[in-house]
Amino acid sequence: MVANPGLQTDMSEWQGSLDELKGLVSERAMTGETMLLNMGPHHPSTHGVLRLLLELDGEEIVSCVPDIGFLHTGIEKNIEAKTYEKGVTLTDRMDYLSPMSNNMVFCMAVEKLVDLDVPERGQVIRVIVLELSRIASHLVWLGTQAMDLGAMSVFLYCFREREKILDMFEMLSGQRMMGSYLRPGGVWRDLRPEFLPALEEFMADFPSRIDDYERLLTKNPLWMDRTQGVGIIEPEDALAWGVTGAPLRASGVNWDIRKAMPYSGYENYEFNVPLGEHGDVYDRFLCRIYELRECLKILRQGIDRLPGGAFRSENRKFVPPPRSELGTSMEAVIHHFKLWTEGFSAPDEEVYVSIESPRGEIGCYLHGTGGNKPRRVRFKTPSFVHIGAIPMITENHMIADLIAIIGSVDVVLGDCDR
Amino acid sequence: MGVTPKLGNLGVVTSTVEEAINWARTGATWPLLFGLACCAIEYMSSQAGTYDLSRFGMELNRASPRQADLMIVAGRVTRKMAPVVRQLYDQMADPKWVISMGDCASCGGVYNNYAVVQGVDEIIPVDVYVAGCPPRPEQLMHGILTLHEKIRGERISDWAS
Amino acid sequence: MNIPESLDPVDAIKVNLPDALQDVVEFRGETTLVVASKDIPEVIRFLRDTPGLSYNFLSDISAVDYYPEYTRPGRFGVSYHIYSMLYNHRLRVKTYVEEDDTVVPSITSLWPAANWFEREIFDMMGIEFEGHPNLRRILMPTDWNGHPHRRDYPLGYETIQFSFNVDEILKHKPFAED
Repeated sequence: MVANPGLQTDMSEWQGSLDELKGLVSERAMTGETMLLNMGPHHPSTHGVLRLLLELDGEEIVSCVPDIGFLHTGIEKNIEAKTYEKGVTLTDRMDYLSPMSNNMVFCMAVEKLVDLDVPERGQVIRVIVLELSRIASHLVWLGTQAMDLGAMSVFLYCFREREKILDMFEMLSGQRMMGSYLRPGGVWRDLRPEFLPALEEFMADFPSRIDDYERLLTKNPLWMDRTQGVGIIEPEDALAWGVTGAPLRASGVNWDIRKAMPYSGYENYEFNVPLGEHGDVYDRFLCRIYELRECLKILRQGIDRLPGGAFRSENRKFVPPPRSELGTSMEAVIHHFKLWTEGFSAPDEEVYVSIESPRGEIGCYLHGTGGNKPRRVRFKTPSFVHIGAIPMITENHMIADLIAIIGSVDVVLGDCDR
Repeated sequence: MGVTPKLGNLGVVTSTVEEAINWARTGATWPLLFGLACCAIEYMSSQAGTYDLSRFGMELNRASPRQADLMIVAGRVTRKMAPVVRQLYDQMADPKWVISMGDCASCGGVYNNYAVVQGVDEIIPVDVYVAGCPPRPEQLMHGILTLHEKIRGERISDWAS
Repeated sequence: MNIPESLDPVDAIKVNLPDALQDVVEFRGETTLVVASKDIPEVIRFLRDTPGLSYNFLSDISAVDYYPEYTRPGRFGVSYHIYSMLYNHRLRVKTYVEEDDTVVPSITSLWPAANWFEREIFDMMGIEFEGHPNLRRILMPTDWNGHPHRRDYPLGYETIQFSFNVDEILKHKPFAED
């Protein structure tokens, strides 16, 4: 048989030597007392390309060193080469399970930097879309975590619901996932007439689906055995390691950015924030399931509150005019030309905004130049921090628990590596 | 040449060995579980209930490259990940096919910068390119059916070596 | 339980650590304290541990490159974003770093979360953190040269393929023509 000419037989170049591991793992690994296992970038837990270097004493993990960067796309540097309006499309692809949250944080940062208003209809539509995005993201989380721990049918049920949400996103922006629907100043276009009936139908049906998932998992003795008491995060540890979102609330710390530093009108909505007691995987699971129900409450209030009026800011220095005006108004043509060729300029200052994405707190640090392109966009993403905290969480656990922990912390590698 | 039934309704058909082998290969191409980024989520959506891929023979995703026939590169390949992709491709046994799913895998996509490999065909040979960002499940299924047509047109001597 | 009354961070720093504070910037409702890089651990520890301030959560550490315009003193700026969950207040502590002396003391001893943030800034901008336990590249491959987020590092893009340069581009893609 002819050997494959592309086969690399010399692996020494990029494999690295044992020396660089000396600082990372304990001395027991060097003598062979413990085993070094590479849970490589390609593994079946579908959370993305994460490489974990595990040092194992039997089945127990002595230390765990994450190696990220396999999905680093240079999004931040790419946005520096684009104007602010065009940069929104690149932000979609970071946390690809809830692209609207990334759009939102970037748009909020731009609006804060140039002091742009968002009309009320735009704010309410944003809240509706963000909560739908939160439901969609939690459904994928639930499906993949259940599949990792063996409950395969939950995966199929969750994706069936997610298809309905993706159909609704397609009605809004034309694209199922990466819509770039939220733009600086509001949203891209108004709600289609078929959107609200579809949303009502979804909301009528969804509570019974959440009951289905709970019936399958919450009191399931196998599920409880695998998740209770596993991956406990103490509240002080959570704050020290920068953990935010559902893992922080499951440890008992009552911190939700939608309540603490409300944005986009969240202070007008009534909803509860579920808190956990023990901080283990089971509590994180329950927190997110209850968050699904709270999302429905917010959606109901959003639909009832939806006002008429403009969906995007009327400030023509920053927001392009609608095409219908171009036939009649000369200023509209000039604004359109200026905004689509050069884009608006932002001052040479910095802002930082953060919102509550389904994973945790996502923050955007935006520094302008005074020109039409940003100097620096940095996204502080929750998955980056949470993967950094995984070594702390998985001390003295076994490998099977590691899978449950990674699933419960809900990391998305696109979010982590950007 | 086709499949010709003989002896009336006794249930005997004749064909060539090549067609039979190619038909068998299309019927059960097991993909390698290789989702990198956003396209992986659309791939999982296609695998799930609403758009079902197991009717095309892709019931199981094999985690091990030695047991997989088809590598669907779903998502952006970065320069750090590129040697891993190459190693996985080399570990797959013949016959093997590659579908490059999405814009990032086909041509670098939205990202034209230092960190992203501009198209996975810099590293591995690709049979079918599926465009989209991310491609709809129907687009992916069209790509898979195109691959099936390509497989049916192959000669056995392509893979026998 | 009585919560101590909240203090204004700017006044508190002016009273207790007057030499450390170089500048105070207010923009769009955000307060930025500019300090020298050697004073960073002291100032942040003061902000965290003083009752009345208790900035107990580190949200982000980011770095900016002011090349080529140099609109600030120093080529790089490193910003520490901290929150006080008790008083619900956000604060930014910023320091400017010179081009030829890119060393900043690390605050990993204050918050373990700072570990990965500082590694990323080292990887992407080339700013070294003194006292960091494990300063290695985190996002780029270990043998990468250069620091990508610096503004003089090229974007590294592939030019658009037309018919006149198709051969050059196909040299990078050995399998594209099959």
